[in-house]
Amino acid sequence: METNEYRLVLNNVSKSFGEVEALKNVDFVLGQNEVVGLLGDNGAGKSTLIKIVTGYYQPTEGEIFFNGQKIEDLTVQKARDLGVETVYQERALADLQTLWRNIFMGRELRTTAGLLDVQKMKTETHRLMTESMGFTSLAVTPDSPVRTFSGGEKQGVAITRALYFDADIIILDEPTMGLSLKETRKLLEFVRDIKEAGKACIFIDHNIFHVYSVADRVVVIDRGTVAGEFMTKDISLDELMDKMYRVAETGSLD
Amino acid sequence: MNSTVEEVAPDKTATYEYKEKFSLKKFLRQYAIQLGILGVFFAIWAFFIISAPDTFLSPQIYLAFMGTIPFFALMALPLTLVVISGEIDLSFTSIMAIGMIAFMFVHDVSGNVWLSFIAALAVGLFAGLMNGAIVVIFGIPSLVATIGTQFFWRGAVLVLGQGKSGSLVYTKESLLHPLLVGKLFGYIPMQFVWLIIVAIIMWVILNRTRMGAHIYLTGDNEESARLMGVSTKRVRYFVFGLTGFVSAFAGVVASLHVTYFWPSLGEGYLLRTLSSVFLGGTSVFGGTGTILGTFIGAFIVQHL
Repeated sequence: METNEYRLVLNNVSKSFGEVEALKNVDFVLGQNEVVGLLGDNGAGKSTLIKIVTGYYQPTEGEIFFNGQKIEDLTVQKARDLGVETVYQERALADLQTLWRNIFMGRELRTTAGLLDVQKMKTETHRLMTESMGFTSLAVTPDSPVRTFSGGEKQGVAITRALYFDADIIILDEPTMGLSLKETRKLLEFVRDIKEAGKACIFIDHNIFHVYSVADRVVVIDRGTVAGEFMTKDISLDELMDKMYRVAETGSLD
Repeated sequence: MNSTVEEVAPDKTATYEYKEKFSLKKFLRQYAIQLGILGVFFAIWAFFIISAPDTFLSPQIYLAFMGTIPFFALMALPLTLVVISGEIDLSFTSIMAIGMIAFMFVHDVSGNVWLSFIAALAVGLFAGLMNGAIVVIFGIPSLVATIGTQFFWRGAVLVLGQGKSGSLVYTKESLLHPLLVGKLFGYIPMQFVWLIIVAIIMWVILNRTRMGAHIYLTGDNEESARLMGVSTKRVRYFVFGLTGFVSAFAGVVASLHVTYFWPSLGEGYLLRTLSSVFLGGTSVFGGTGTILGTFIGAFIVQHL
């Protein structure tokens, strides 16, 4: 496989947890400027797949390439250094901690002396709050604990954090869960922004309409294997839905 | 959530300015727990002054406090970090003693007090890291693991020292004795100076290093921390290792103070140390807590 032209290539990746095979010989690619939607039923292996990309799980078998380069022993820290940022389904926030600690979680800014640059982190957080998270209330400061935020606000924090570090690959794991209609529309616009900015995105959602409306390509995962993939421009929404029903019932697309 | 991709990227021009505005309301809310503890402390203090003015208005009692608080407060400081990270350590009382066993053994062999001191600290660090390893590698809850190591090290103290106590008068001839337990300007006990030094170091670690930030994150939500690339294993090794190290230090300080080693060294400090941490507002569930709180907590415990 020619791995150079892709931002990310998974080659023959398998992952098992004890007896359970969560992923079986999965091949997956992500283009330089592509939005890929991952579809599949609960427990199909979508989350396992992205947690391998983010370095949280180490695959039992298979190879991972970033920009054509093979990466061994991928960890979360290494993946983030390679430009992978993730908005997790469970938001991955620390509720008792302040906003600025959450934004810089795992990648705290430091001064040349090696100590935390708290002032800079607070300043940046305040800029992000007002410019992109849309907090206007004076009651919210970089020192506000995250537990006081609403679901949509927390999602905003998670997304802003993912973008702050110049990510090349942005992974969104069920980002519309628990969002209002308006917030969902903003989120989908935001995925289009990622595309326009020349970056790549993996988008996981249960809602096939959301995925279809923003993805260039959809990959259908079923029972730990790739059941099929389609370019959204080649397939109508109705056809895709038919196929999804068929996969769920029979395990085969046709 | 009005983000566009360009807006969020780091602002390299750095023209943006943000000055924290001071507001009394925010200050009170943010430091509610610390102010509460401080209030409790002053209330208790006032009560003692009113009920026993002769004792509590003379400087003697405060110099005595400075002399005795450090023996348990020293360990309460790193223990605060352990508790913030969502763990607990109950083995430090025995680690104090096993450090002194190493101290006396090395002194018997080499005759050098400084080597003995380093050996005590090294054994403390090792015992702490062992706690960390048991928790990280075997996944045993730290409450259970450190009860186990508490008995293990106490047993080791009794076996290796054959239950004997020992005089440490020889340390008086070296500089180590005045450095650790002497009197600064003839009044202030050196152990209190060390308490302040350790407190400052702990504050810097907790509030101004990445490790400190990761300690808070690990205790608050371990899963989130790991998803964002925080090595929660390293955090555990660090906090347990640090507690072991400082406990051995406290063991040397307490023993040199009386220039005598008792094999029961450390017993009786357990509850006072733990109550200092929890009185100081550190949450049993992890994720929150401060060094200042523990420091004041230790004073409250001593007053009682």
